[in-house]
Amino acid sequence: MSYVAIADRDHEQEHHDPQTFITKYIWSQDHKVIAVQYGLTAIFVGLIALGLSAMMRLQLGFPDEFTFINPENYYQFITMHGMIMVIYLLTALFLGGFGNYLIPLMVGSRDMVFPYLNMLSYWVYLLSVIILVVSFFVPGGSTGAGWTLYPPQAIMAGTPGVDLGIILMLVSLAVFIVAFTMGGLNYITTVLQARCKGMTLMRMPLSVWGIFTATVLGLLAFPALLVSAIMMLLDKTLMTSFFMPAISSMGTDPGYTGGSPILFQHLFWFFGHPEVYIVALPAFGIVSDLLSTHARKNIFGYRMMVWAIIAIGGLSFVVWAHHMYVSGMNPYFGFFFATTTLIIAVPTAIKVYNWVLTLWEGNIHLRVPMLFAIGFIFTFIHGGLTGLFLGNVTIDLPLSDTYFVVAHFHMVMGVSPILVVFGAIYHWWPKITGKMYNETLGKWHFWMTFLGTYAIYLPMHYLGFAGVPRRYFAMGNTEFLPESAQDLNAAITISALFVACTQILFFANMIWSLWKGPKSDPNPWDATTLEWQTPDHPPKHGNWGHELPVVHRWAYDYSVPGHEEDFIPQNVSADDAPAGREHGGEHAIVATKEHK
Amino acid sequence: MSEAVLEHGAKTPGREALVEDWSRDKQVFGVPWGKAMMWIFLLSDTFIFSCFLVGYMMVRISTTDPWPNPSEVFALDAFGVPVPLLLIAIMTFILITSSGTMALAVNMGYRKDRKKTFWLMVATAVLGASFVGMQAFEWTKLISEGVRPWGNPFGAAQFGSSFFMITGFHGMHVTAGVIYLLVVAFRVKNGFYERRGGNYEIVEIAGLYWHFVDLVWVFIFAFFYLW
Ligand code: HEM
Ligand SMILES: [Cu+2]
Repeated sequence: MSYVAIADRDHEQEHHDPQTFITKYIWSQDHKVIAVQYGLTAIFVGLIALGLSAMMRLQLGFPDEFTFINPENYYQFITMHGMIMVIYLLTALFLGGFGNYLIPLMVGSRDMVFPYLNMLSYWVYLLSVIILVVSFFVPGGSTGAGWTLYPPQAIMAGTPGVDLGIILMLVSLAVFIVAFTMGGLNYITTVLQARCKGMTLMRMPLSVWGIFTATVLGLLAFPALLVSAIMMLLDKTLMTSFFMPAISSMGTDPGYTGGSPILFQHLFWFFGHPEVYIVALPAFGIVSDLLSTHARKNIFGYRMMVWAIIAIGGLSFVVWAHHMYVSGMNPYFGFFFATTTLIIAVPTAIKVYNWVLTLWEGNIHLRVPMLFAIGFIFTFIHGGLTGLFLGNVTIDLPLSDTYFVVAHFHMVMGVSPILVVFGAIYHWWPKITGKMYNETLGKWHFWMTFLGTYAIYLPMHYLGFAGVPRRYFAMGNTEFLPESAQDLNAAITISALFVACTQILFFANMIWSLWKGPKSDPNPWDATTLEWQTPDHPPKHGNWGHELPVVHRWAYDYSVPGHEEDFIPQNVSADDAPAGREHGGEHAIVATKEHK
Repeated sequence: MSEAVLEHGAKTPGREALVEDWSRDKQVFGVPWGKAMMWIFLLSDTFIFSCFLVGYMMVRISTTDPWPNPSEVFALDAFGVPVPLLLIAIMTFILITSSGTMALAVNMGYRKDRKKTFWLMVATAVLGASFVGMQAFEWTKLISEGVRPWGNPFGAAQFGSSFFMITGFHGMHVTAGVIYLLVVAFRVKNGFYERRGGNYEIVEIAGLYWHFVDLVWVFIFAFFYLW
């Protein structure tokens, strides 16, 4: 008995529209509401992390001025800042936020396949955030182990937050992973199994490809983090010795014996490196769609872009030990991981070329989302190039644990994805809220953020070369550092505070838009993808009214010759518009030829 | 007229069919959502267990104390003679038998024989529960002999740590599976799925999970008791 696809079943799936405020906005099973809940929560914790970075910068820029920041606090700030930014902000925002909002709308489905599970995913995520925030207030404070949580120091006396802080951190991570798994299973199944008629995999917008692949990475990488969190919890609470070698702590023997700290590093980075791409791939996908839409041109090399995403995703599982060059590994090991790391640069470079070629001779509209997308190309190339340096063992050894590394990862996985997040919010804001924002204010926001982040991170490369170590509370009298390093640090701090403050422009713009902003057009950017073709604007529960859309073409039919408008939505059939430029999918070509 | 919409159904054999399946619209696999999701979940869970087992191997290799001899530690006294691996052989046998009853239940489910499906699922759950019970017995025995997560009289401390952690994690999977099976079994019995179009795929989905848990046990068994 063959199974009938949902899209083919004749009986309409019934939709009980939620009535009360609570079922509509709080206990909602609508993917769009869940997306907004995820987004707001993630941005809220992100603001905490931003505040923490401001505190760190104050200390680094003006070492003796702020007596309320002591070394213990500083470590706690660093740790929570890094952890929140990477996991609770970016992962949650890209997958829980944009993934939830975009996947069903872009593939033409009514919702995620299991809405109830999807709702649970958000509430469990919220629980993990609450546990995280609580850890700031327990006795001893939150953990100060660094976001990498390396044992033995993470659970040994002397590290801040070594009692409850680290326990809550690990529990919160485990809870987050449960939440992510519930959501992730939904996203993958929806993409694979619930697309509308005509929506082949090779017609999906790249945003969906990026989010989909990132989710697969998450489901395969988070297990390693879960396992290491469980093991470390046991080491901490039951005195097992998975990661703890025989060690003496402040003259006493804590009773550990024979464990392997390196095992933790392997497990952590087996998760940690794919995590970089969990954050980057959705950004890659979204930025491709922004560039194509606002340049009024099809994305260059769509199929190549898809395969590059998949190749990067696959390769990201075999490079993890490039974070461990300084752990004293066998040179052949280092050789292997350096090679795989440099190989990843190939599909990544293909993507960058294709973005640039998409802009080539395009009809570029420098609207706010486009500015952010182009800004991303700059910062990403920048961070990518320094990555090539750090991927080589011999260059990494002296640079590891200096500010060069801080500059690198902030360019590539801090600033770049954040620029895409902003671009994406500006781009889809009219669809989500039905309102327009203020364009001028948005442009100011872009330029100040973009130039400001360069002012922060460019000088950090020099600090790194000069040998300024990472995760240091203060330099003290370090002989090899010139006096001017401190001046540079002060300048960086001023830029950082400036950038932090300019984010007010963003929030002001959005609040103004909600409150007084003009109503937006249902398709203000003349975009082709399905989410802009919904019968209601903003889309209602169930997304498509009575009938699911039918897709006739790929997502990138911009400026097709012979058509009066410069875009053809995906659900416009070949009878009503030229066949377009879809070179993907043999079927499609055959079908179009038949039509002619 | 809408030729641009892809039509499917014509199956070509071999590689082309694979490409066709993967590149068609609507869905990649001709299976219900729940089943697809279960497969993906199990893939993720495989990674969890793999990480546990790899971690166990690594601590076993890196610890400096000698590893306890499994055929002595896991021996059970039968009529006054210690028989190595006796208990564990019985446990493994029970779990594998339960996979058999589960497979029969799936078959009966597709034949819509609700009564037999129900009883076979209950039998599976009972076998699973007795597995957990025997595991509890084994834990008690080891604990009474002085094995603790942080140390034991037989050798490397990591022996107890990884044993309790991994069999505990697996035992939780079995326990969850028993509950899951019972819920589905009673729903089969009281006609819950009749009211939803008489679709018994859910029995197979529960079965997938159950077989997976069994399969994982085979690996745990091999790595802990035979190495
Ligand atoms: C204006 C924005 C930001 C500023 C001013 C900032 C500043 C800092 C500073 C001063 C450190 C400590 C460096 C050290 O001494 O080792 C740091 C660490 C870190 N930041 Fe940021 N950051 C910002 C945004 C982000 C974003 C968006 C991410 C997301 C990926 C991020 C991820 C990290 C990570 C992973 C660490 C390492 C934490 C650790 O060493 O455990 N940061 N940041
Ligand atoms: Cu990496």
